[in-house]
Amino acid sequence: MNDIMKRRFRDQILVMFGREPTKPAAISPKAQEIHLYKKGNRDFIAEKLHARAHANPSHKWRNRRWITLILANLLFVVSFYFDIQLLEGALTASRFVGFHLIDLNSALQVMLAHKHIINNLIIGTGTVLILWLLLGGRTFCSWICPYHLLAEWAEKLHVYLVKKKLVTDQTIDRRLRTISWLFFSLLAVATGYTVFEAISPTGILSRALIYGAGVALLWVLALLVFEVFFSRRAWCRYACPIGLTYGVVGILSPVRIKYTLSDCFHEGDCRKVCLVPHVLDTVIKGRAIDTEVPIGPDCTRCGLCVDTCPTGSLKFDIKGLSKLL
Amino acid sequence: MSAVDNTPGSGGKSTGNKPPLSKERQQQARRRVLRTILLTGGVMGAALSGYLPLAYGQKKRLRPPGALDEKDFLASCIKCGQCVQVCPVQAIKLADLVDGFGVGTPYIDAREQACDFSCDAVQCILACPTGSLTYHKPEFLPVRHGAALAAKPILLAKETDAEPTLNLKERIGVARLTRPESCLAIQGKGFKGQVQGPDFEGRMRYMSVDRWKPIKIADHPYDVAECDLCARECPIKGAISIETVFAPDGSQRKSPVVHEPCVGCGVCEMICPVEPTAIEIVPREVWRS
Repeated sequence: MNDIMKRRFRDQILVMFGREPTKPAAISPKAQEIHLYKKGNRDFIAEKLHARAHANPSHKWRNRRWITLILANLLFVVSFYFDIQLLEGALTASRFVGFHLIDLNSALQVMLAHKHIINNLIIGTGTVLILWLLLGGRTFCSWICPYHLLAEWAEKLHVYLVKKKLVTDQTIDRRLRTISWLFFSLLAVATGYTVFEAISPTGILSRALIYGAGVALLWVLALLVFEVFFSRRAWCRYACPIGLTYGVVGILSPVRIKYTLSDCFHEGDCRKVCLVPHVLDTVIKGRAIDTEVPIGPDCTRCGLCVDTCPTGSLKFDIKGLSKLL
Repeated sequence: MSAVDNTPGSGGKSTGNKPPLSKERQQQARRRVLRTILLTGGVMGAALSGYLPLAYGQKKRLRPPGALDEKDFLASCIKCGQCVQVCPVQAIKLADLVDGFGVGTPYIDAREQACDFSCDAVQCILACPTGSLTYHKPEFLPVRHGAALAAKPILLAKETDAEPTLNLKERIGVARLTRPESCLAIQGKGFKGQVQGPDFEGRMRYMSVDRWKPIKIADHPYDVAECDLCARECPIKGAISIETVFAPDGSQRKSPVVHEPCVGCGVCEMICPVEPTAIEIVPREVWRS
């Protein structure tokens, strides 16, 4: 990794913790060449192809993701309903054919609050840590978390209402998420209660699916209403400490989205569909620091940008694998 | 560098001398700060309000066997419900939002469905991934006086097995005759019929029927000349018996008497044929001799 890439790597971690993305301080000569070329030239064939691609929006990754998310959550439900002991428990902690799996943020809360860690807790947390280290950290958010799916649908409604000029998206400072992570961690240590678990929509929804609905769903509903009428994807963007925990795991993950500068038209359609558009600052005209740029750790690897991009400039990538092949 | 400086895009913070913000921009920024404070307050307030039911809660929850003391239990429970899934009689339920921080934690409503230990090995403890329910309480956690059982409880169902005991060191509560006036044994009455009526969903293991298959209590009607159901169905050896006692007026009568081995499982509460039940589990109660 050269210096320019190293700096971006560090910047992206800071961006995850809430800093606003900034213009890059240095750009590689090759990328600079492309930026300059794009300023003065139009490629008419590419524009035609591009316009044609726009006419055929793809939902490949979205569909795959929705199926995965629904199946994963359904597996919990089916396992309990038919008592087949395949995936016992809920998203906070479970056992997959006997192997302990424990959600990282829930595990963290329990460890901080209880201050005593038993072997099963270590095993389950370790397994999940390795799993998401390999699969991309916040991949958990968009591919597994049931709240994410509901919020995605609420987001559609929100975007529709914005288009009708009935509501506006009220943005909020992203540093709030880091503060909320610290707040709930300190609170767990200080009070000895896993305070965040009481309001975690992930846990509440997962349990509601498996063990039946309860009053706690009203809290989830309140969050969704807030997101529809007030602030787009507010919980996932600005508040949820689970996202930050998995984001940190994703720093070293080989699975990510890769941006290729040369074919990009810099229209920003990807940023419009993205849950975390700050990770896509690199697609803004003149911002890409290299010809190929990996997207940062806060990315949930949901693939909406991959589906949306008409030129294939954003693609799933496994670090090292492309070199190997 | 010139290509970068000339690019359009939203203003970053990279330049040292920022141009002064317009009035409108200033107002927008102020509103954004307000919104951030609003959401911060909302999330933290909602989370902290979970403490209120703990502070003002009147009703104590009966936790599953092997549960740590309430404070430690709430600290360590990861709210996954694996204990719920392994229970053969589905005695364990998960608490809702009204329990505040206790949302999603397991509890037992003994009157509706008690723990009758029909799993023999206390499966819920085995299933717990965080040690909230445990065979081995960590050294640094104190044992409340009277919570410790004098000896490992003997499960009557496996009294003839090589290992007849349950691996339990503390009780989860103690049975109390809270309504002696309605107790059939004290009144010298018998009981004939189905406990809690024909629609009662509660289940129990009857060794005389099938050791490994709990059946509905409604499918096991009783006909006893003198009611002794609590003592008859108690799964723990020596935990409760019907004794002859002297009333304050000097007259003799029968009465259920709870003994030290009582672990607080709640079978007596479930099987009591009067409504409301004459005998109840006092959750987290300790043994007072």
